[in-house]
Amino acid sequence: MDLLEYQGKQLFARHGLRVSSGKPVTTVEDAVSAAAEVGYPVVVKAQVLIGGRGKAGGVKLAADERELREHAGNILGMDIKGHLVRKVWIEHASEIASEYYASVLLDRSAKLPLVMFSTEGGVDIEEVAEKTPEKLIRHHVDALNGLSREEALQIATDGEADEDVREGVADALLALYEVWLEEDATLAEINPLIVTPEREVKALDSKVSLDGNALYRHPENQGLSDSENEDPIERRAKEEGVQYVKLDGDIGILGNGAGLVMSTLDVVAQAGGSPANFLDAGGGSNAEKIKQAVDLLLANEAVKAVLFNIFGGITRCDEVATGLIAAFEEIKPSVPFVVRLDGTNDVEGRRLLQEAALPNVHAAKTMNEAAEMVVALAAEA
Amino acid sequence: MSVLVDENTRLCVAGITGREGTFHTLNNRNYGTNVVGGVTPGKGGQDVDGIPVFDSFEQAMAEVQPNTAMIFVPPRFAADSILEAAASGVALVIAITEGIPAHDELRVYNTLKRENETRPPTRLIGPNCPGILSPGKANVGIIPASFFKAGNVGVVSRSGTLTYQIGNEIAQAGFGCSSIVGIGGDPVPGSSFVDVLGLFEDDAETELVVLSGEIGGSAEEEAAEYIAEHMSKPVVAYIAGFTAPAGKQMGHAGAIVSGSAGTAAAKAQALEAKGVRVGRTPTETASIAVEVLGGQSLATS
Repeated sequence: MDLLEYQGKQLFARHGLRVSSGKPVTTVEDAVSAAAEVGYPVVVKAQVLIGGRGKAGGVKLAADERELREHAGNILGMDIKGHLVRKVWIEHASEIASEYYASVLLDRSAKLPLVMFSTEGGVDIEEVAEKTPEKLIRHHVDALNGLSREEALQIATDGEADEDVREGVADALLALYEVWLEEDATLAEINPLIVTPEREVKALDSKVSLDGNALYRHPENQGLSDSENEDPIERRAKEEGVQYVKLDGDIGILGNGAGLVMSTLDVVAQAGGSPANFLDAGGGSNAEKIKQAVDLLLANEAVKAVLFNIFGGITRCDEVATGLIAAFEEIKPSVPFVVRLDGTNDVEGRRLLQEAALPNVHAAKTMNEAAEMVVALAAEA
Repeated sequence: MSVLVDENTRLCVAGITGREGTFHTLNNRNYGTNVVGGVTPGKGGQDVDGIPVFDSFEQAMAEVQPNTAMIFVPPRFAADSILEAAASGVALVIAITEGIPAHDELRVYNTLKRENETRPPTRLIGPNCPGILSPGKANVGIIPASFFKAGNVGVVSRSGTLTYQIGNEIAQAGFGCSSIVGIGGDPVPGSSFVDVLGLFEDDAETELVVLSGEIGGSAEEEAAEYIAEHMSKPVVAYIAGFTAPAGKQMGHAGAIVSGSAGTAAAKAQALEAKGVRVGRTPTETASIAVEVLGGQSLATS
C-alpha cells in the first residue's frame, strides 16, 4: 500500500524524523488558512501517487497569498498522468544547502534490509545508480540485530555527507529504519533529504509503501490508502476481498490463482487483445463468489467480452459453472463470454453450461483457443 | 527418486484441527502420505480421524518423530509456528499459509539461517505455496494429485494453478513428474529457485526441470546464473506477467514490478541469455519440455 507524501511525512514525524510543518487541504480557501498558519513562503505540492509531479507543474512555490491562490487553484483538479489532484500539501518552504538521498527497503534478493544513501539527492536515484554507482552507498543490515548508530554514521561517512551533518544524517537514517521496521514498510524513501543553511537535516519528500499483510497490527494505518483516487472498482473489490487490478483494455478476465490469471492476460495480449483487468477468483471458488466476480468484471463499462479461464484444483469446475449460470440469471450480461473449464469436475461443469444454453456463452477447450475466441468477439463488438 | 517428500516422509501438521487443515491433511493421508501427527496448542490429546494432536512440536517430536511439518495456521501465528517446528528438529517445513507479513518472513528466514549453523538444518518451503507432490510417493499440501503421475520431470514454481496447467499438459503428452515443488508467491520465500534446482540436479530420476516464474524480485535472474554454472540437466522456463503494469501487485504479495525492476521481459531475457528455452505460453512451455524429453528418450533407449 503506497502512501501519499504527506501521509509518509506524518509517519516520519511520529518516529522523530525532521519534516517541515504543513497541512493537507482540498480547497483554495483552506490552502490560504493553512499557509497563514505555517507562514510564507510556502510550497504547494500535489498529493498524487505518481512520480514527476514537479515537471508536470504540480509543485509550486508561493511567496504570498496572491501566488498561493493562483497555484493552489491551478494544481487542485490538475490531471497528472491520469491521477486527479484532489489534495495539496501546504508546507513552509525550506532553504536548501544540499540535497541528499536516503532509503530503507526489503532487498528480496539478499533477503535482508538494505539502507541506501547518496549525496546526489533530488534526482532520479535509478539514474544515479546506473551512471555513478560509486555515489550510491548500499549497506545491508542484519535483519535480527537492526541498524546500529555506528553503522548509520559509517554510511554517512562512506557516502561523503558533509562532515558537520554526519551526526544529523545518522539520526535521519536511524529514524527512517525505525519507520521501515515498526510500521511494517517494504519501502521508506526520502528524496531529497535536505541540509538547510542552518545545517539541519530534513525530509523534504517521502515515499512509503506499507505491507498490506501487516495492516492488522497497525490499525492506525488502515485508513491511509489513497482511497479517493483509487479506482472505484478496485476499491469495491478490496472491500469484497477479491484480488482485482484494473487495466486499460476491453477484455474482462477471470481466472483462479494469481499465476494463471497473469498468464491469461499475457496469452490474450499475444492473441492481439487488450485485457481490461486482473481478477483472481482464488482457490475453492464457490458459486456465490463467481457471481460476485462477474458483477465486478462488468462494472467496468469498457469491457466488450469476458474470458473465464479456470483450471480446477481445489476449485471445482461444476461450482464455477453453477455460479456462472446464477450470475447470468441475475445480471443478464450483454457482452459475450468465453469459458474454458479444465481440471477438477470439468466434464460436469461443461455439461451444466451446455444444458443451461446461456445466450452468448462460448465454450473453449484450451487456454490458447479461449484467448483467440475472446479477442475475435471483442473485435466484433 | 524424487525430492523433499517421499515414502520416508513423516508429516506433522500445524493447524490440523482447523477446517482447511483437517481437509487437506486427510487428503494427503488418503494419497498415501504418512501423517504421524498434528499440532494445535490447547488441543493436545485429541485426534483428527485417528491422527494424534499435540500441544507443541516439541511434544510431537518426542512422541511421533516427524521429519516434515506442514503449516496451516492463520498468518499472524505462522512465523512462530515455523520457528517452533524448526526448533523441535523437523528437517523440512512446508508453509501453505498465505498473507504472512513480509517482515515476519524476513525474521523467519534470517533466524533459520543463523540457527542452521549450529544445529541440523531446517529447510523452509513457502510460505504462500501449494506444497510439494512426489507422484506415487507423498503429497504434502494442496496440489491436486490426480493431474500428475510419476516420471522424470521436476517442476518448481512460484504459482499453484499455473503449475497444474503446465503439469497437466506434460501429463497429457505422456510424461510424468519426479516432484512438483511450489516455492510460493511471497517476497521472502524460505527456498528460492536455485535451492530447488540444486535438489533436482542431484536427483537421479529427474531428467528435465520446468521452472515457472513470474514478475517481481530477481529469483529468476539468479536461477539463470545458477543454471549456467551448475546444471547439467535441461531447464525449460515460463514467466508470467508480461502485461502487468508497474507498481501493481498482481495477486501474489511478491508479484509486483518495482520501478523498472522485476519485469517479465527482463527475466525471460536473463534466462534466454544463459541458453534456457522460455515458452511464450504455458502450452508452448509444456511442448518444449516434451520435445526435449522426447529427444532424450530416443537417445537413451
